[in-house]
Amino acid sequence: MRYIVISNNQTIPVAEIPVLAYGDFFELNTGLVAGHPERHCVNYFGYPVGEKIKLFCCIADDNTHQILISSCLVGRSDELAAFSGKVLSFEKFEREIHENFGITFSGHPWLKPVRYPCNRADQSQEIANYPFWKIDSEELHEVGVGPIHAGIIEPGHFRFICNGEQILHLEIQLGFQHRGVEPLFLEKKKLLQRTILAESIAGDTVVGHTVAFAQLWESLCGFKPVEDIDFARTLALELERIAIHTGDLSAVCTDIAYQLGSAVFGRLRTPIINYMQEWGGNRLGKGLVRPGRNQFPFTRTLADRLREVLDLYEPDFEEMNHKLFRLPSALSRFERTGTVSYEDLLSIGAVGMAARMNNLNRDIRASHPYAFYPALKHEPVVKHHGDVYSRVQIRKEEIRQSIGYIREMIGHVPAIAGSGKLNEEPRPDSFTLSLVEGWRGEICHCAMTGPTGELVLYKVKDPSFHNWLALALAVRNNEISDFPICNKSFNLSYCGHDL
Amino acid sequence: MFENLKILFHQGKQFIPNVTTAKVPGIFRGRPVISRAETDVEALVEICPVDAISAAPVSIDLGKCTFCGECARAFPEKISFTQDYKISTNIRERLVVQEGDDRPIEVDPAKVREEIHRILGRSLKLRQVSAAGDNSCEWELNAANNVQFDMSRFGIDFVASPRHADGIVITGPISRNMAEPLQLCYDATPDPKMVVLVGTDAISGGIFAGSPALDRSFLDKYPIDLYIPGNPAHPLTIINGLLDLTRKRKGK
Ligand code: SF4
Repeated sequence: MRYIVISNNQTIPVAEIPVLAYGDFFELNTGLVAGHPERHCVNYFGYPVGEKIKLFCCIADDNTHQILISSCLVGRSDELAAFSGKVLSFEKFEREIHENFGITFSGHPWLKPVRYPCNRADQSQEIANYPFWKIDSEELHEVGVGPIHAGIIEPGHFRFICNGEQILHLEIQLGFQHRGVEPLFLEKKKLLQRTILAESIAGDTVVGHTVAFAQLWESLCGFKPVEDIDFARTLALELERIAIHTGDLSAVCTDIAYQLGSAVFGRLRTPIINYMQEWGGNRLGKGLVRPGRNQFPFTRTLADRLREVLDLYEPDFEEMNHKLFRLPSALSRFERTGTVSYEDLLSIGAVGMAARMNNLNRDIRASHPYAFYPALKHEPVVKHHGDVYSRVQIRKEEIRQSIGYIREMIGHVPAIAGSGKLNEEPRPDSFTLSLVEGWRGEICHCAMTGPTGELVLYKVKDPSFHNWLALALAVRNNEISDFPICNKSFNLSYCGHDL
Repeated sequence: MFENLKILFHQGKQFIPNVTTAKVPGIFRGRPVISRAETDVEALVEICPVDAISAAPVSIDLGKCTFCGECARAFPEKISFTQDYKISTNIRERLVVQEGDDRPIEVDPAKVREEIHRILGRSLKLRQVSAAGDNSCEWELNAANNVQFDMSRFGIDFVASPRHADGIVITGPISRNMAEPLQLCYDATPDPKMVVLVGTDAISGGIFAGSPALDRSFLDKYPIDLYIPGNPAHPLTIINGLLDLTRKRKGK
């Protein structure tokens, strides 16, 4: 076998992952993805083994619900034929491997820095001196935005090349938010420290990233979560989705100067996040998800309260939708603005709602279900235009869908079973991968343990890792004044990307 | 038009009339109270993920605490978190809550710089800099300005340019990659100016403290006018902290 097949959240001995020669590794992985939109790379990364680097490539197959993993040992100074020369969607992974270890990929379109991590191979490069791509022309002008932006928002540098009011090209350089999350997972030895780290990867996806960490850890320790744990996590994931989608609808209204929508959606987010606090003591869900236990069991009383919250939310939400989605001045700003084609989304490996906005059906809840999702039989919301309108519609319809799931679930709150104890130490020499569909899209955490069960590798991938490029493509040929709504309709993560 | 009015009417009154007395719903981990009960102090200190707890006397440093609540969960007879969200202060040491101490945490008027009242007291324009913040404190700062918390009714606003600002509000543990932009932003803010730290990550580095990806040297250079703890800081903590700082005068 040239690869090993696992399912989501399955732990395997590292030794069972086939080690291929680079030529075979190349053929296998590019061959799996090329011409197969149902397959995509969920993670591809390097791990130092002495002087060499071991590359691990994980390809998810959405039809068979499997993940196909292979590996390859290469030297740091090797020059390898780039996967992305054949299948572009590997380009970001290869840039990361290049940045971290110095491995060169020939035939790669652009080995642009990813995030200037503190342990990068080439320390002579500084983010402050990044040479942005330029076009020599008397007709064109550049607009630089960032790293600090005008609002209360995370930093990142956007460089536009414009022809008059029209955007010809946008280059996004990130890395300002880099905190060294991945090495910290190895340095911090206590489980609680690692859980807090997972909660801090991206504050708007606390539940998504923490569920990925918890599932991964439980799998490594051979712990099977009882029903009430899975139930609570799924509820929290869907509440997070409702909260952020509602907030983003408000933000999109703000950017088209539609005050009423901005205020109403903005205030509708509050009862949802206040409910998170009622349940677990934090509006963003910090402290709620813990590996191996149900920290704040979901009781019948909480179910009744949630029903009340949703009963109040729904009519006001629908009334506002009814108005917004019939308002010509709003629709004219949404429709055909910031479009990305299906072909482009596929070629850059877009995930989550950014993929689903134009027929690329990628949703881990359906393709690699976990926690309570197998029982929900999730059907992804898929749109067909790839524009702001499609993205806004996905928000609206996913909110409805999430409310539906929550209502269905809280009709039968499972009894608190009291789970077995989580083992202290993970299994030695093992590998695990956990996929979770956060509100933005696919979150992937991978971990590997050494001979005594100690963590030797931790990899985090936020959906924004892929989707920032979708934003850069979306704004091409649009007016620069439409950049804000394009940006907000995606609402990508800086810290989740920069780690 | 009629539809718009109907929508407006259906929202009811959303704003919180009194932000200093409002109650937070459900569980909330605000100012902790540490009893004098005997406990296994070593185990208590050990439990904390960010070394916020020290022994003899048992105390919690809210500048380091991530408000995870694990200490209170494991030692309920020793530690409890109250609903008190007013935990901002201008004195770093005041963030350390000791056993037996149930006093409110406040701004010390004697330590407030004179120009803060004179020049910045009535209308405060702030520039926010997220320096590797995880977007949770940024979220809550935005929420402080929504229709419910409505901080701008007190004359406190966030502005787009440091040139228009009276001070900067920092979130996040300050990454190496943000150290220079933060400095540039500070330098571009006209004098007199204040510096406010929001959230545990900004105050101490939080779970990221000691990471080689950080550069916190900026904080050694300038006085900090206000610490607003939390993970993230609650909008009511933010608003009360800023009001306390700008409205309190020596002798009043
Ligand atoms: S609540 Fe604060 S003091 Fe208590 S364990 Fe968590 S971080 Fe430490």
